[in-house]
Amino acid sequence: MADPFATAARRPALAAHASGAARASLTPAGPATRLSLRAKPEAVPALSAALGLDLPTQPKRAARQGERHALWLGPDEWLVIDESEAPLLQALDGAGVLHSAVDISHRNAAILVSGAGAAAVLNSGCPLNLSPAVFPIGACARTVLSKAEIVLYRTGETDFRVECWRSFAPYVLAVLAEAAAEV
Amino acid sequence: MTGANRIAGAGRLTPAKTARFSFDGRSYTALAGDTVASALLANGVHLMGRSFKYHRPRGVVSAGPEEPNALINVSRDTARSQPNVRATVQEVFDGMKVGSQNRYPSLSFDLGGVNDALSPFFAAGFYYKTFMWPKQAWASIYEPRIREAAGLGVSPTEEDPDHYACRYAHCDVLVIGGGAAGLAAARAAALSGASVILADEQPELGGALHFDTGAEIDGQNGYAWAQKTARELVGMENVTLLSRTTAFGYYAQNFVAMAERVTDHISRPEANAPRERLWQVRAKRVIIATGSIERHMVFADNDRPGILLASAARTYLNHFGVAVGRKVGVYTAHDSAYEAAFDLKRAGVSIVAIIDSRMRPGEGLLEQARSLGIEVFTDHAVIATSGRLRVASMTVVPNGGSAKRKFTIDALITSSGWTPSVHMFSQSRGKVAYDAATGRFLPGHYVQDCVSVGTCNGTDDLQAILEEATAAGVKMAAESGHDGAAAATPAGRNLFAWTGGMAGAAYGAGPDDSVKAFVDFQNDVCAKDIRLAVREGMHSIEHIKRFTTNGMATDQGKLSNLHGLAIAAEALGRGIPEVGLTTFRAPYTPVTFGTLIGHARGDIFDPTRKTPMHAVEEANGAAFEDVGQWKRAWYYPRAGEDMHAAVNRECRTVRTSAGYFNASTLGKIEVVGPDAAAFLNLIYTNSWDTLKPGRCRYGIMLREDGFVYDDGVVGRIAEDRFHVTTTTGGAPRVMHHMEDYLQTEFPHLDVWLTSTTEQWAVIAVQGPKAREIVAPLVEGVDLSNEAFPHMSVAEAKVCGVPARLFRVSFTGELGYEINVPADYGAAVWEAVAKAAEPFGACPYGTETMHVLRAEKGYIIVGQDTDGTLTPDDAGLAWAVGKKKPDFVGIRGLKRPDLIREGRKQLVGLLTKDPNIVLEEGAQIVADPNQPKPMTMLGHVTSAYWSENAGRSIALAVVAGGRAKLGQTLYVPMPDRTIAVEVSDMVFIDKEGGRIHG
Repeated sequence: MADPFATAARRPALAAHASGAARASLTPAGPATRLSLRAKPEAVPALSAALGLDLPTQPKRAARQGERHALWLGPDEWLVIDESEAPLLQALDGAGVLHSAVDISHRNAAILVSGAGAAAVLNSGCPLNLSPAVFPIGACARTVLSKAEIVLYRTGETDFRVECWRSFAPYVLAVLAEAAAEV
Repeated sequence: MTGANRIAGAGRLTPAKTARFSFDGRSYTALAGDTVASALLANGVHLMGRSFKYHRPRGVVSAGPEEPNALINVSRDTARSQPNVRATVQEVFDGMKVGSQNRYPSLSFDLGGVNDALSPFFAAGFYYKTFMWPKQAWASIYEPRIREAAGLGVSPTEEDPDHYACRYAHCDVLVIGGGAAGLAAARAAALSGASVILADEQPELGGALHFDTGAEIDGQNGYAWAQKTARELVGMENVTLLSRTTAFGYYAQNFVAMAERVTDHISRPEANAPRERLWQVRAKRVIIATGSIERHMVFADNDRPGILLASAARTYLNHFGVAVGRKVGVYTAHDSAYEAAFDLKRAGVSIVAIIDSRMRPGEGLLEQARSLGIEVFTDHAVIATSGRLRVASMTVVPNGGSAKRKFTIDALITSSGWTPSVHMFSQSRGKVAYDAATGRFLPGHYVQDCVSVGTCNGTDDLQAILEEATAAGVKMAAESGHDGAAAATPAGRNLFAWTGGMAGAAYGAGPDDSVKAFVDFQNDVCAKDIRLAVREGMHSIEHIKRFTTNGMATDQGKLSNLHGLAIAAEALGRGIPEVGLTTFRAPYTPVTFGTLIGHARGDIFDPTRKTPMHAVEEANGAAFEDVGQWKRAWYYPRAGEDMHAAVNRECRTVRTSAGYFNASTLGKIEVVGPDAAAFLNLIYTNSWDTLKPGRCRYGIMLREDGFVYDDGVVGRIAEDRFHVTTTTGGAPRVMHHMEDYLQTEFPHLDVWLTSTTEQWAVIAVQGPKAREIVAPLVEGVDLSNEAFPHMSVAEAKVCGVPARLFRVSFTGELGYEINVPADYGAAVWEAVAKAAEPFGACPYGTETMHVLRAEKGYIIVGQDTDGTLTPDDAGLAWAVGKKKPDFVGIRGLKRPDLIREGRKQLVGLLTKDPNIVLEEGAQIVADPNQPKPMTMLGHVTSAYWSENAGRSIALAVVAGGRAKLGQTLYVPMPDRTIAVEVSDMVFIDKEGGRIHG
């Protein structure tokens, strides 16, 4: 047995193997740093500068800079994701404006849904209109997938990122997998 | 050969493609594309079922979803079996097994048929009047027996192995119905650039063009035009064409539910293909093109097998190539039956006679009949038929006369006209209006953004239909923001302009009450039943419907409603519009439970939430219990241990050495902002200003009414940052409660809430050895009592990962709660287990946690409180800040009833016999010998065997409980009365020293 007092190893909510079918693949996303960022409008410029991207102020839009994404979830709320696991809390330390930043890197898990049938797979449990005209690349929304709350984010024409709370991830993956088998 | 009644050269099916199926064990051959009904008719089988109440032999009546009689059981294997399938809708696939229903021992000889002979006793309302008393017998005897005798198919007993899909969709224009009108409308809308969904319930598009071979559109046969148009639509990117898809429900804001039958017609479906798919469509505009449904004639003995709708006979001939008989009689009040007769005659079928109740049929029809050599009797009526399992003759008289003529026939086709199918319009909450000129209900006032086109809108002429539909397609597309290329209106032509029609009973169908002139075939309602209902005082159509059950069968009265209404109106001496239609309700046609359930079954019926340590606990043999959606480790049995033994051992071990517990499901909320303390002051009853960073406090929160809502420990991480914990079950609602007050009552506060329940995995280590177990894993915190006393919190590293370490206790022992980011939970848990091993410490589950906290009198909100306890009732008055000017619930607490003497209070109970463990929920009385109903003083909220106390312990709410300390009360149980002594709530370590160990 390994030394129990050594640094503990991570065990993600979902095993890292891809599934799905020809028209839609399902891939658990790798670890990422995540923040729930809350602030008033006047703090947005300083926070944007600290994060190195323009926090979106338009509803249901995301901003992206490299591997860093900021998703508008509400008038004073963003989900910030850094896929390179860069420290986010520390980035905001010196922002010097009123805000709330809470680390939720481990609270969420994410599943990447890709392929020609990706929107149809999501629409098996998500009632949003996912047509490119209404939900274009860069669109995001806090919504539902069947009986779970998710944050849905379109990263490409046929690519979506589904964020959910950790314990819901197996359910969300199973619902998506069942839909992927039939679209 | 696929049946003696198949006419060579007729129909659209391909003779080379056949499928074998069985009906009641007998094997038949069908053509690909046949429905069960058309395949059986091709083989000369008309008898397909028994009626609901009288068990009368019944044949197929229609060729569509309105079918009331031919309900069958369809199975692929023993598990895949579905009752009550309409034979007219179910397509034949190779190897399918079809069974008839509601008959014993066989379809042709059914013992239940005795009901028919006894029918004078089974008049409308019979059940209501007869099975009145004794009352108890209804549930135990009458209802089960009636259900057994009267009824439909039998539910399959095995679990359904098929799976079902669901899909949400949005579109600019949804077109319901793919006949001539629907196709033209969909095409026009699509060419304008709108996104279009076109749904039709049949395998091929075309609707009435299936049978109406006289219709011509754009110079070609109507059906061929429909297929060409459908292909064109399929090729368009902005069109989704769904065949075999029934729109069954129309809800608010153009939300339409549709059932797509994906594989019901396929012999060997792909494993992944769902059986059915539920579509939930949100459309900007809806075009309703649902067509019309032909009505039968209401006359004596009109329900014999072989008597069917004229349009059905025409469909069977023109689409399926099947003649419904060799010597066919026609009884009609509408022109459309003539065309059916002409088609049959041209196909070589003998038309014995056309009996027309009208004086003057439509233009050109009599001439055409004469040229085909068909005898027509106008102003005549069919007053009787014969034939037990198949109609054999019809008896005809002049209307109002008595000179009988009897014709030998083997089929009789009837039509009394067409009922516009306003179901979807009506479900959309639109109001129908009665059109006296044509005697039908048509869409009147619209409530939603939809429009009706075609015959469901009362438009009869094909050219007019195509114009109306094309214009509607263009208009609906424009209203949804698309006005691209306008489609040219197709040119359409009918052979004849249809006229006529009647609703109600024909001459000879009463008024005497022995004639069975069926109005509703499926529920066995006759014209006489409706008249009886009126005679017995039912004046509202809704009462008449329920008294007779007319229109209440699974076909929802698609054939019968208008007839029933007309007969009732006549009996009441009122006009049809004054009597009014009954309400149309979803679903339009029956929908399987599978379709409605979709993928919400088995493992994904509901989310199952597991903690980061679940797999490790499972490997350690933990037994789990459900707590909401969570799976929580309940206890950790060792070899040979039952739950009782495991819990006793775990309880002992925690208090003698230590135990570790997975507390990850505890609700957690991060409260951040300069006004964080001010906010908590308002949410909790106690004060937070004085709490220093690095310290924790137990808090309780109330609802506005002053009752305890939740509790938990709150740690102050920094001046502007608190780590709030809630009960496991309360986590979501506490978050909402706090957010609600923050947004609506305290928006002036600069503070934000973030749920961190799942960010942290939590391991509680409790017991005298807890410090020794935890210490080697922790970096950066001095764990001594002086540096890190009870109710401390620090940010530290545990097993090398950033953690929040709490010194808190829910056991009354020295205890720590290690919070680490969730992905590290399992590894840290294993490290704790390793560190605990030398001390003989063990993991413990929720049951032990419950016992240990009860030993210390710590309450569980939701178990020891029930939403009617104040802090004082729960013995928690100390946690209410007496000097606080405001907090949620402060006014509620001042209500007279909440401060009166004698309220129920939480106390401890000790059974006189220490070995008896009380039952939770048991009632408590002062005098067990008082007469019933006894005066209840309260009830037991928690009761356990306490291994550490060596006796049973309990918590209870008792009226004026704290004033009763030391008194003896009684808990009456069914088998005995248990004497108990009221005690305080602390059963172990009353001085409370251990927690500071």
